[in-house]
Amino acid sequence: MMDTGMTPKASDTSTLPPIKPAAESEPLCARIEGFSFFYSNGMQAIKNVDMPILDRKVTAIIGPSGCGKSTLLRSLNRMHDLYPGNRYEGRVILEQDGENLIGPEADPVVVRLRVGMVFQKPNPFPKSIFENVAAGLRVRGIKNRAVIEEAVETALKRAAIWDEVKDKLHGSANDLSGGQQQRLCIARALAPNPEILLLDEPTSALDPIATAKVEDLIQDLAETVTVVIVTHNMQQAARISHRTAFMYLGQLIEFGETSQIFTSPKHPSTESYITGRYG
Amino acid sequence: MTNSAIPTGSELIKSGFVKRRRMIAGIMRVFLFLSAALSIFVTTAIVYILLRDSWPFFMQIPLTDFLFGTMWTPVFADPQFGVLPLLLATLQTAGLAMLIAIPFGLTMAIYLSEYAKPAVREVIKPALEMLEAVPTVVYGYFALLVMTPFLQQFVPGLKGINLLVPGIILGIMILPYVVSVSEDAMRAVPNGLREGAYALGMAKWQVAVKVVIPGAFSGITAAFILGMSRAVGETMVLAIAAGQNPNLTWDPREGAATITAYIVQMSLGDVAHGSLAYQTIFAVGLLLFLITLFFNVVGFYLRRKFREVY
Amino acid sequence: MSVTTQGSLGNAAVKTDQAAYAAIARAKRRDIIFSVGGLVVMAIAMTLLLTLIGDLVVRGLGRIDYDFLTNFPSRKAERAGILSAWVGSLLVMLVTALLAIPIGVAAGLYLEEYARKGWLANLIEINVANLAGVPSIIYGLLAVGMFVYGMNLGKTVLVAGMTLALLILPIVIVSTREAVRAIPKIIKEGAYGLGADQWQVMWNYILPAARPGILTGAIVGLSRAIGETAPIITIGALTFIAFLPPAPITGEFPFINFDWLNAPFTVLPIQMFNWVSRPQADFHTNAAATGVVLMALTLSLNGVAIWIRYRLRKGSRN
Repeated sequence: MMDTGMTPKASDTSTLPPIKPAAESEPLCARIEGFSFFYSNGMQAIKNVDMPILDRKVTAIIGPSGCGKSTLLRSLNRMHDLYPGNRYEGRVILEQDGENLIGPEADPVVVRLRVGMVFQKPNPFPKSIFENVAAGLRVRGIKNRAVIEEAVETALKRAAIWDEVKDKLHGSANDLSGGQQQRLCIARALAPNPEILLLDEPTSALDPIATAKVEDLIQDLAETVTVVIVTHNMQQAARISHRTAFMYLGQLIEFGETSQIFTSPKHPSTESYITGRYG
Repeated sequence: MTNSAIPTGSELIKSGFVKRRRMIAGIMRVFLFLSAALSIFVTTAIVYILLRDSWPFFMQIPLTDFLFGTMWTPVFADPQFGVLPLLLATLQTAGLAMLIAIPFGLTMAIYLSEYAKPAVREVIKPALEMLEAVPTVVYGYFALLVMTPFLQQFVPGLKGINLLVPGIILGIMILPYVVSVSEDAMRAVPNGLREGAYALGMAKWQVAVKVVIPGAFSGITAAFILGMSRAVGETMVLAIAAGQNPNLTWDPREGAATITAYIVQMSLGDVAHGSLAYQTIFAVGLLLFLITLFFNVVGFYLRRKFREVY
Repeated sequence: MSVTTQGSLGNAAVKTDQAAYAAIARAKRRDIIFSVGGLVVMAIAMTLLLTLIGDLVVRGLGRIDYDFLTNFPSRKAERAGILSAWVGSLLVMLVTALLAIPIGVAAGLYLEEYARKGWLANLIEINVANLAGVPSIIYGLLAVGMFVYGMNLGKTVLVAGMTLALLILPIVIVSTREAVRAIPKIIKEGAYGLGADQWQVMWNYILPAARPGILTGAIVGLSRAIGETAPIITIGALTFIAFLPPAPITGEFPFINFDWLNAPFTVLPIQMFNWVSRPQADFHTNAAATGVVLMALTLSLNGVAIWIRYRLRKGSRN
């Protein structure tokens, strides 16, 4: 981030209380309520976050490194359950059926069946392109070849990579470029039709051209699936999201329409961040 | 756009798929756990069997007679059960092995870790590994039929069956293991330490002696202790080349049965299950197990300590 | 005009320089001595071993022919062969591989991926390390007490296979753990992120990715088992077997026959031990020939393992 050389007013502004998100008029996919997260070493990474997630829209989470944005995202499909001793508090309610994703009765594996995820670094499996996209279907016990083939093609088209790979579906996924690999990973997450797609800084390892392609893709995706994206890149959030959440030190400082957050932030911390005073 | 043939999460729950899958995962988890726990069962079974089958022996023979007696003649008309002859032969051959393995092993490990070019190491490491795979009965053949006749030309009074040659062969046998474990330890010494020493103007050998060896000391010690444990427990070389005659001697030119050789000798004969002779196998086996256990535990902790440092 | 400095330190500085150069030269000489010494020691050890192996090959190779491989042992050295021994070794290895590989891989997976850090995992870890160091003959005693007499299984192919399986279990476990540990975390997270449960992740992602490493460990373990003598002697394998176990595959329904599991047997190292222990030199030639066969088996198995690992390392660099 740019350093303007000015002394940040962060020290005094951060003491101001966060602004609670206003009531949403648009249909919701999920609601995060009173959510806190503790790592196994006792560190509280997220403090009492309330946040709506709009149905079939792009919600971006921004904030400086270590603000808890990735931690929040990874909570939504229970990635933290892979490591012992982590603790969730509060609720993440899916509007459709009222299921609490982080409730004690929710099976993390089932949560991940409903909520797909794409990671920072492209992580294709060391298998063919086809098998990568089919992986989520096989996990769901789908064996019908025709169904799988159709779903793979649909997913690759939705991920805007079909034209590039349709002739080498059975070639190794590791032979693709970084940008293609990341779109392949998006296709992999899309293939089983998740209700929410989580993107954890999906372009941080990509060059600008590949980034542009992935950004276009994300905007198209929002017509059919709810997208939550964590990004370090404010311009990216401004370009592609409908709502933006600004997090700082584990708190949700401000949430609102993207244009509002970037043009007239209400909280001084948000303003400091988007004007590049810290990051 | 969405494909109705692909079940959603809630449909998967309703169809029982999630439940079925959870059951399979649970069953596999139990299977994996039982497999891991098998190792504990094996250890327990070893201790249990050794104790159970040697118990009647220790009920009859006082422990002090067993540990400090100097005659081992369990199948004689007037049986004596002093384990010292077997123990001395075992420790003597293992000691001889260490006399070979320590200087050779240390030099080779230093050479491999500090001096050898990567290409040389790439060739020698697999070669050492291959040598570790040579069956021990082949080493026994070497000791009895090749090395002993050869050394008899130079060592006066060297008997056809002796402790010296199996000791030397044991040393060569454990060399690959000792070299590879101590070389790993030396290579684990951070390069920062080496660079610091070179910056002071030290030559390579000074870095090796003053920095690498002290830095890797517990790892190297572990290598030799674990090597010693292997030498103590080795069987075939001794059964073939050190003889099967219990003999309390300090002269390595003579033959003497080790603990392992005695077990082999008794197993080859027809020992009635449950007889006192059968029980002696387990009594000396228990002793052998305890000795190697001691070395293994010390070696394990030294290695772990070493890994924690770096 | 040139000025030559007098140097207030006089000759002292020059002397120090000389001393330093001498020290450096000495250090360099020692370095050379050290590296040459290392090579010499290595050469001595290697020459010694190569001589021994060469001697074995020279003595034994000429003895290996079709008859030697297809004859049963005999009282006459020149008519004796290793048929029952290599068939026995093959069958025992089959049992060992079928037991040790699945159980060892399962245990390795559990310890690396399932077990929570704690006293139990720690205990199992120490235990596996200790088992790897237990002398093989102790496994033989365990087998005698537990399998042969405890379970009344007798001195059979099955018992030998089970005993050797226990013996090489730590090798398979350790290599599985190392192979699994080397799989990148992001691949695992990717698989879990798709909604796979733990077993699906293991079966579909971890095991395929770890396969070369596991295979290497399994082959190294089997090559060790094939040369093991002591535990088999302890079990009480016979040294003179002039018949074969029943064939595992038969011409009649149901085509598979398990009687061989309960058959008495001998194996290659036992046959070699038996011949080494004879006083007659002709039998020593037979022993050498058996030794050549054994060495060829273990070294080629190890060669395969090293080759797999080499390819694996090359693959992971790309």
